[in-house]
Amino acid sequence: MRIASLCQLLLALVLAPLLPGVINKVKAFVAGRTGPPIVQLYHDMFKLLGKGAVYSETTTSVFRFAPLAGLAAVIVALTLLPIGSVRALLAFPGDLVLLAYLLGLMRFLTVIGALDTGSSFEGMGASREVQFSALAEPVLMLTMVALARQADNLSLSGIYPAITGNTWVQAGPALAMISAALLAVSLAENARIPVDDPNTHLELTMIHEVMVLDFSGPDLAFIHYAAALKLWVFGSLLVGLCLPLRTGQALADVGAFLAGMFLFATVIGIIESTMARLRLLRVPQMLVGAGAIAIVALVLVLR
Amino acid sequence: MAQTACLTLRNSNSVRTDHVPVLSVAEFRDTVVARVGAGAPLMAMFGIPSRGTSTRVFGLVANSEAGTIELCATDIERDYPALTPDCPSAHWFERELAEQWGLRPQGHPWLKPIRFHHSYRPGHDAWQRPSETEIEPGVTDYFAVDGDEVHEVAVGPVHAGIIEPGHFRFQCHGEDVFHLEIALGYQHRGVERAVLGGPTSRTIHYMETLAGDTSVGHAMCYCQAIEGLAGTRVPAYAQVIRGIALEFERLANHVGDLGALAGDVGFLPTASYCGRIRGDLLNMTAVICGNRFGRGLVRPGGVAFDIDESRRDQLLMRLEAARRDVTEAVDLLWTTPSVMGRFEDTGALSRQVATELGLVGVAARACGLERDCRQEFPMGIYRLSHIPVCTADTGDVFARALVRWMEIQRSMAFVDDQLRALPQGALRSPPGALPPSQITVSVVEGWRGEICHVAMTDETGTLSAYKIVDPSFHNWIGLAMALRHQQISDFPLCNKSFNLSYCGHDL
Repeated sequence: MRIASLCQLLLALVLAPLLPGVINKVKAFVAGRTGPPIVQLYHDMFKLLGKGAVYSETTTSVFRFAPLAGLAAVIVALTLLPIGSVRALLAFPGDLVLLAYLLGLMRFLTVIGALDTGSSFEGMGASREVQFSALAEPVLMLTMVALARQADNLSLSGIYPAITGNTWVQAGPALAMISAALLAVSLAENARIPVDDPNTHLELTMIHEVMVLDFSGPDLAFIHYAAALKLWVFGSLLVGLCLPLRTGQALADVGAFLAGMFLFATVIGIIESTMARLRLLRVPQMLVGAGAIAIVALVLVLR
Repeated sequence: MAQTACLTLRNSNSVRTDHVPVLSVAEFRDTVVARVGAGAPLMAMFGIPSRGTSTRVFGLVANSEAGTIELCATDIERDYPALTPDCPSAHWFERELAEQWGLRPQGHPWLKPIRFHHSYRPGHDAWQRPSETEIEPGVTDYFAVDGDEVHEVAVGPVHAGIIEPGHFRFQCHGEDVFHLEIALGYQHRGVERAVLGGPTSRTIHYMETLAGDTSVGHAMCYCQAIEGLAGTRVPAYAQVIRGIALEFERLANHVGDLGALAGDVGFLPTASYCGRIRGDLLNMTAVICGNRFGRGLVRPGGVAFDIDESRRDQLLMRLEAARRDVTEAVDLLWTTPSVMGRFEDTGALSRQVATELGLVGVAARACGLERDCRQEFPMGIYRLSHIPVCTADTGDVFARALVRWMEIQRSMAFVDDQLRALPQGALRSPPGALPPSQITVSVVEGWRGEICHVAMTDETGTLSAYKIVDPSFHNWIGLAMALRHQQISDFPLCNKSFNLSYCGHDL
């Protein structure tokens, strides 16, 4: 069991950079372009790791420390995630709270790294990031609480194996609403359209990208990698919920899970291809809406 | 009295320079302020050296209804009462006059250099800057807002995208913009001065590269001026080809702009397709003359390339394909609620503000002003074949996008018509030597808006003054005003909806 858990962590560490590749490929396909190869992020990361980093004179050690620490935080978060019926490496009652806080820690590190540069752009980006995550975090917690109540378990490794096709038959509407809320949070937390535009070069409109403008070389590689892993975390939460194939066969479960992850990336790619970014003023409305949906779901499972 | 003080001129007609009435400073001010106040747009205000140490300042006001341009002039020594307080659209011209000739408009609310160069009259600097020190662009006082919660954001002159240099200074309260000040001048090359003593074989190339995306527009405007001075009759065939080229330029830029607007709100389908279709349209210009931006096509007296049967058929076929593609791509914009949610109510300018600031082109038409030189001062083919003026009334990003889309449709129909009925005949009747001591005003509706060139010859028949007013010169302040009380994150979108030229302004 331990080996299987370790393997699934390694799977995440190795395959996570494929997700942005799939998203970009889908976007390129819809736009009628060839697009970069799916493994482009690996190339970028290896290239960046081979480069030196440039540090502004106004930055302190916080700036140098933030990317690596952020990466560490998200890797620890990954150890809490089960795949199908395979338990996570770390599992204990209440680990879902730790997961939320590890993601919060990662964000905190990105934000102080950005503020450390003293740039007005990065300050604006940090302010937006914190504002939106203050709204996104409660939604994440609400969905987790609803799931915990539904599965009657406080550990992610207990909750996810308990969700099966049968659960969907019994509590379909609640699970659908939880999924919708979780998808909205995923888009916000991973800086995707309609909340943020990962492709823009316009500093004044960015959220996540503007906070990492000053990072270069290996630091930037860590940030890209951490962002891919974070996307994997949210993908796992959503796929485990929406595709509850529990054959009992570890290999089949993992296969179904991976297929689900690519589907998740494809869905994000389609969302990004078919809608414009929201005006920044409207983003809180979307997140509050997701929160309302999560509350209704919670009421339904509490019934 | 004020009604008869001006000289009336038609687009590209020329008169003797000494027929332009030289008024007293007070009369000049009253005349210009009265006409602009009555709704006549100020087209240009510029100076030339006059007797002694004074500068002769010319004022050009459009009379749209009559299709004429009214000129008057005055001699100003150094200080004079500013027109700006009573005629806001003069504010940028007066700053230019101060910078170039050291004139000091008394009462100008915000007198600063616009291009950051030394005065053309050594020793006459409006700000008493020593002539030996270098003037760095953008280094100047900026409007600042005090307060604990107000922060300043400076963007540029180096930008993240591949665009031209300009400096933007925002006074923000959180995400809200209180004020935006734009500093340009980083690309000042001295084009207006470089063409003096001409025209030479080089002059047309200066004109084609004034603003790279408006090669045909500026080249046409220059050629009209030269033809007006020399009294050349341009053959009908050449006039049609000019019209086609000008509309192709408009099409390529408008389509590119709609794609870029979609890109700025992160709406991929239209962004990708319009980017490609813009290329197709540029290639159509290349089919005519071998250059995607129409360089080498428009020449004084006519055009340098014809459109033969086979290329005409090819153009018609490609135009039809582009029309189909662009219709599909742009219709997606209007039918996607998330896109409309971004475009509507963003960067709105009222009709009144647009009138007071003297906006031109797409930005003016989006505010409901019927300003289009193809209708107001038609030349060449536009005298015979009219393109309806497209306006919208909300003045926001949506209106500017909508006006572009309507103009795309009408330009495509126009080009199609013209290609189907190409006349025959000569391509060019080269203008002879320019007559001495003449002045002419040439106006062309470029894709951004009104392009105005004023040319004057001296006693020997060479250019003694050449004034260029790119539409961007009028419109940059419109962008600054459109940003008031907007979200700073909407700046790129507003900026793109104006899509102004930096080098066309800086000259």
